[in-house]
Amino acid sequence: MKTAEKSIARRKMFDALFAIIGLLALLVGLITLLALLADLAKEGAGRLSWQFFTSYPSRFASQAGILSAWVGTTLVMLVTAATAVPLGVAAGVYLEEYAPRNWLTALIEINIANLAGVPSIVYGLMALGLFVYQFRLGQSIVTAGLTLALLILPIVIVATRESIRAVPGSIREAAYALGATKWQTVKDHVLPYSTGGILTGVIIALSRAIGETAPLITIGALTFIAFLPGAPVKSEFPFVSFEWLMSPFTVMPIQMFNWVSRPQREFHLNAAAAGLVLMAMTLAMNGLAIYIRYRFRKRIKW
Amino acid sequence: MDQTDYVGAGDAARAAQELLSRRALRRLTERAIEALLFLSALSSVGITVGIVGILLYESFTFFEHVSIVEFLTDTQWTVLFANPHYGIMPLVTGTAVTSAVALFVAIPLGTIIAIYLSEYANRRLREIIKPLLELLSAVPTVVFGYFALLFVTPLLQKVLPNLSGFNMLSAGIVIGIMIVPYVSSLSEDAMKAVPVHIREGSYAMGATRLQTALRVIVPSAFSGIASAYVLGFSRAVGETMVVAIAAGQQPNLTLNPAEPAATITAYIVQVSLGDLPHGSIAYQSIFAAGLTLMFMTLAFNIAGYLLRKRYREIY
Repeated sequence: MKTAEKSIARRKMFDALFAIIGLLALLVGLITLLALLADLAKEGAGRLSWQFFTSYPSRFASQAGILSAWVGTTLVMLVTAATAVPLGVAAGVYLEEYAPRNWLTALIEINIANLAGVPSIVYGLMALGLFVYQFRLGQSIVTAGLTLALLILPIVIVATRESIRAVPGSIREAAYALGATKWQTVKDHVLPYSTGGILTGVIIALSRAIGETAPLITIGALTFIAFLPGAPVKSEFPFVSFEWLMSPFTVMPIQMFNWVSRPQREFHLNAAAAGLVLMAMTLAMNGLAIYIRYRFRKRIKW
Repeated sequence: MDQTDYVGAGDAARAAQELLSRRALRRLTERAIEALLFLSALSSVGITVGIVGILLYESFTFFEHVSIVEFLTDTQWTVLFANPHYGIMPLVTGTAVTSAVALFVAIPLGTIIAIYLSEYANRRLREIIKPLLELLSAVPTVVFGYFALLFVTPLLQKVLPNLSGFNMLSAGIVIGIMIVPYVSSLSEDAMKAVPVHIREGSYAMGATRLQTALRVIVPSAFSGIASAYVLGFSRAVGETMVVAIAAGQQPNLTLNPAEPAATITAYIVQVSLGDLPHGSIAYQSIFAAGLTLMFMTLAFNIAGYLLRKRYREIY
């Protein structure tokens, strides 16, 4: 009897012990995140100034800035969003609303699941061989945007499918009952109701793309750019110009990588400041995604 | 009377015809839209075909110059030197060591966190902790690289004074922490999917939460947990910026994590940063390296698939 009690007490102790171990494990993750942010802030905050945002990179750490990097990031993200969003949403709609149950659909689904596990640098290699040399797009903003678009396509597709799946079947049946065609049902009812979820997924996907470095280095992004791509608006006819698409570029994470890889400490400070800006961008996008999800979840009640 | 009838019939016929043609047009647009949507879905298969095609095509020309035997058995990788050797081994060991260190960190941490969140934590705590933890995977990898080189390595050097500035240990540890959210959230999903009656059966027998978790939940959810580990491994093997920044870029045939070494991915970055002529052997070598990387992840994914099949529990 004594031994049984002892054994129960021991088991209860292990149980309580594990609760503490679990909390500690969680703390390891959270403390790392905090330490990372604190370290970036401590090192980099001093370099953040108007001059830092409006200067080109330079040999002198104290004069260097991230102008070409943030402009490049913005333009690349424009191309990425313009490609990945229509393609991904269309694919998601097809798979959820139209696809028949056959081997082709199964193949597409397995393929999307597997693409999520392909290392990002491999997308870079594919883009180098295909976009840069076969399609002759060069080491340009359009190549970079397309590469990142392919990279985030699976995320957009999965997010679209999940939010479409959450729309109840009764909505579709009501539309059909009024004589709407399939596309009318999708366009006027299913898509508007799932906008919140799709938007959340798209923003999360773009926040992933903003930090991607390896595939862009692989396609040959330059690390030292002291000019801006051509302006998208012109004063003479036809007023818009797409010259910037073919321009060489650099982006925030590559600029940061360039500064980290230098031995001088002054450049490390610049790297920390660029890291801070990059983190602010990612965190802001994630925050926005959470907010949108919250707003839409509150507004729609089935 | 007759006449009006006649006109009415004509109107009706015309209206019917118009309706028919409108219907035909409508059907046509429906068809066209469906075709467009189908092509978008098919484009994802195009990506895979593109990846595999380009890697095979460029590697094929590489292997016309370099024998596969040399590629697999030579112990030196000095493609950029005057006297080049093409042995992938040092890059593979570099990748294996950093990934092993990463998994050594991520699997215990991720599994413990998953068990804690699924079996111990209450809903409120879970709702707060999970998004915070997922932020960890939203941090750009280049920032993690900075952190590994300029924060973790100096910290480790206080414990191990002989540690070199570039080393696989700190890169591996940081990758490990980076992939914890992947491992923990997928494992937790798998544990949550175990039916409650199984859990309650175990409690009814007098088991503690820990016993239930370790002897009932984890074995039942093992196939899902295994996929979480496989995904974590894929991430670790393919991780580029952390190793390129913090582990050094010299190929080094060693299994000692305290030494610097290049991984497959770090080599690809190193070559891409230089301006190599299109079509040179060094240019093609990054595709051969990429192909090796794909084979490593593929092998692990197949292993994971077999493991899942072997341990799948059906309720």
